[in-house]
Amino acid sequence: MFGLPIAGWAQVGSPSGAFINIGFVGIADAGWSTEPDVGSLQLGDHDPRVRGFTIPNMELTLNGAVDPYFQGFASIIYKLDEEGETGVELEEAFFLTTSLPGNLQVKGGQFFGEFGRQNTQHPHAWAFVDQPLVLGELFGPEGLRGQGMRISWLAPTSWYTEAMLSVLNSAGGTAFSFRSEESSVIHGGAPDERAVDGLGDLLLVPRLTTSLDLTATQTVVVGASAALGPNNSGPDADTRIFGADVYWKWKSLTAFQGFPFVSFQAEALVRRYGAASRESVDDPLVTLPTETLRDRGTYAELLWGIKPRWVAGTRGEVVRSESATYASALRTDRYRISPSLTWYPSEFSKLRVQYNLDHREAIGTDHSLWFQFEFIMGAHAAHRF
Amino acid sequence: MKKLIPKLLSLAWLASWAIAAPVAGQLRVVATTPDLGALAKEIGGDRVDITALAKPTEDPHFVDARPSLIVTLNRADMLIEGGAELEIGWLPALLQGVRNTKIAAGAPGRVSAASGVAMLDVPASLDRSRGDVHALGNPHFMLDPVNVRLIAAEIANHLAQVDAASAEQYRSNLQRFNERLDAKLTEWQAQLAPFRGAKIVTYHRDFVYLAARFNLEVATTLEERPGIAPSPAHVAQVISTMREQNARVILVQPYQNRRTAETVARQTDAVVLDMPQQPGVAQNTDSYFTLMDYLVHTLAGALGQGR
Repeated sequence: MFGLPIAGWAQVGSPSGAFINIGFVGIADAGWSTEPDVGSLQLGDHDPRVRGFTIPNMELTLNGAVDPYFQGFASIIYKLDEEGETGVELEEAFFLTTSLPGNLQVKGGQFFGEFGRQNTQHPHAWAFVDQPLVLGELFGPEGLRGQGMRISWLAPTSWYTEAMLSVLNSAGGTAFSFRSEESSVIHGGAPDERAVDGLGDLLLVPRLTTSLDLTATQTVVVGASAALGPNNSGPDADTRIFGADVYWKWKSLTAFQGFPFVSFQAEALVRRYGAASRESVDDPLVTLPTETLRDRGTYAELLWGIKPRWVAGTRGEVVRSESATYASALRTDRYRISPSLTWYPSEFSKLRVQYNLDHREAIGTDHSLWFQFEFIMGAHAAHRF
Repeated sequence: MKKLIPKLLSLAWLASWAIAAPVAGQLRVVATTPDLGALAKEIGGDRVDITALAKPTEDPHFVDARPSLIVTLNRADMLIEGGAELEIGWLPALLQGVRNTKIAAGAPGRVSAASGVAMLDVPASLDRSRGDVHALGNPHFMLDPVNVRLIAAEIANHLAQVDAASAEQYRSNLQRFNERLDAKLTEWQAQLAPFRGAKIVTYHRDFVYLAARFNLEVATTLEERPGIAPSPAHVAQVISTMREQNARVILVQPYQNRRTAETVARQTDAVVLDMPQQPGVAQNTDSYFTLMDYLVHTLAGALGQGR
């Protein structure tokens, strides 16, 4: 292969990187809320959970080339719960192919389902202290995640277009709207023990995304996603979630360390949860009727990278649920407004302050103020757009 | 509506060809930064179609991994990167989705410029309390023509492997380039020779190779440590160092904080000099030689005035 027509140097200089890149991201939150039960207010598992201090996410990341055909990634999360007990979570661990023909790529293992924009992002990539309400309500505290495979195809167009299909197991807490043992918080019934009888009992997550550089300084990415699979309110019940997402960014032509910039991100999701006739968990003598639980929600966030190391942001969110026989605390109509300010002492640390004005229908308005500190050690991360 | 869809599709198809197709038979060479692209153009000549991922005016450490760049890399026949972690914050994220074995690490279509250069500023220990240090050394080596000579040979070598039919052309282009570079280097050295030992100040440590080659001395940098913004105490230190050492020229790139440089310049009777390292930022600097001519001429002019 290397019949050298011109003498060149052998690639023997100092090696770049190691066989495995190791990184560690630590996030610590501190703050106060007018709601004493902070956990009832914050839907995300990596959100601040109590008045005072929370260690929501201490993440060990590992990645590297496996061989010429695969890359490997893992992120292992350590966190402390409200009682100070340590929890460990294999958040993601997957391989990615590098050399399939036909512009195809396969991912396999445990990973975030490619739905929308924020679902696949790890907490340190979020622009706010907490995850959007609509993601918490529809995907649960840990996001849409699971064991499975994903195939992706990069279209041979001159602009970026990628089509993806993830096939995941439909059970577990990270398949919250599907066969999750915690699904009674949504529909109020005792979960049905459903077996996997066919491909239709798996969770399918298709996604189509495309991007254009509008000008030399502006780029937009749009996407449409769905998550389709069985739920365990009954033997034949299923859930459909649809989403649309947009991300737009302007960055100065003479940006220094990535600043100044302005970005806008929004996602809108709808869920049709087909609840079967089911035995109420509150009262086994009561049977809840067959019904469709309809929920929708959206968030939009605007970030302004004012000057190097300073980002001001604001996020607005709304979630709406149509009423059902079971009054789920999770399916509460709600809106939240969150201004934030982030300062990066360097590329490897950040300090954030965020205020949440949080209104829950029939409960009232709460105010929360959160501070967040983040530190990164080890391998230099590369960030996706 | 029925008529509109085929129309749109055919337009889209046309657009995809109009934008994407280089002149028939040309190699699609992608360089991470425009200076590497300009160098590849010298060697590839009319056999190559060059695209640079970073814009000439932006900080090459912080390029956004825009999806359009994935498409560019997906179609590339060759990728030339600076290496030494210059692009570490964005290139790996792009390559993850690129699915192009022609530019995989170790393939003939992948050139890492840093791997053959004698690196400066190689850290003795990997310690980020010293700033964003690069494990392999300072990646801003393109301003030393001797490094450029090495990199040009490496590019020619890879081009000849990827496109063996034109190997002879690459070889003769390289030879012509080297002859011109040797002549130019003598000329540039002569222009800067009167300023041997002169002190310059830079924002980032991005002119150390230029200084080393032309016997200038980087007295201090406005940045406290690589990637760490200057504190007021550090700025005061810079001012006193400049006064002590009689440093009268501050070199800045288009993306760096010119205001800090101007503040310091006012207090030290120095000049702020725009020294864009990438081709095409200053007028008539599109090629490697016109860019270097411009930089050397500009620097010699400013150093001459400061005497």
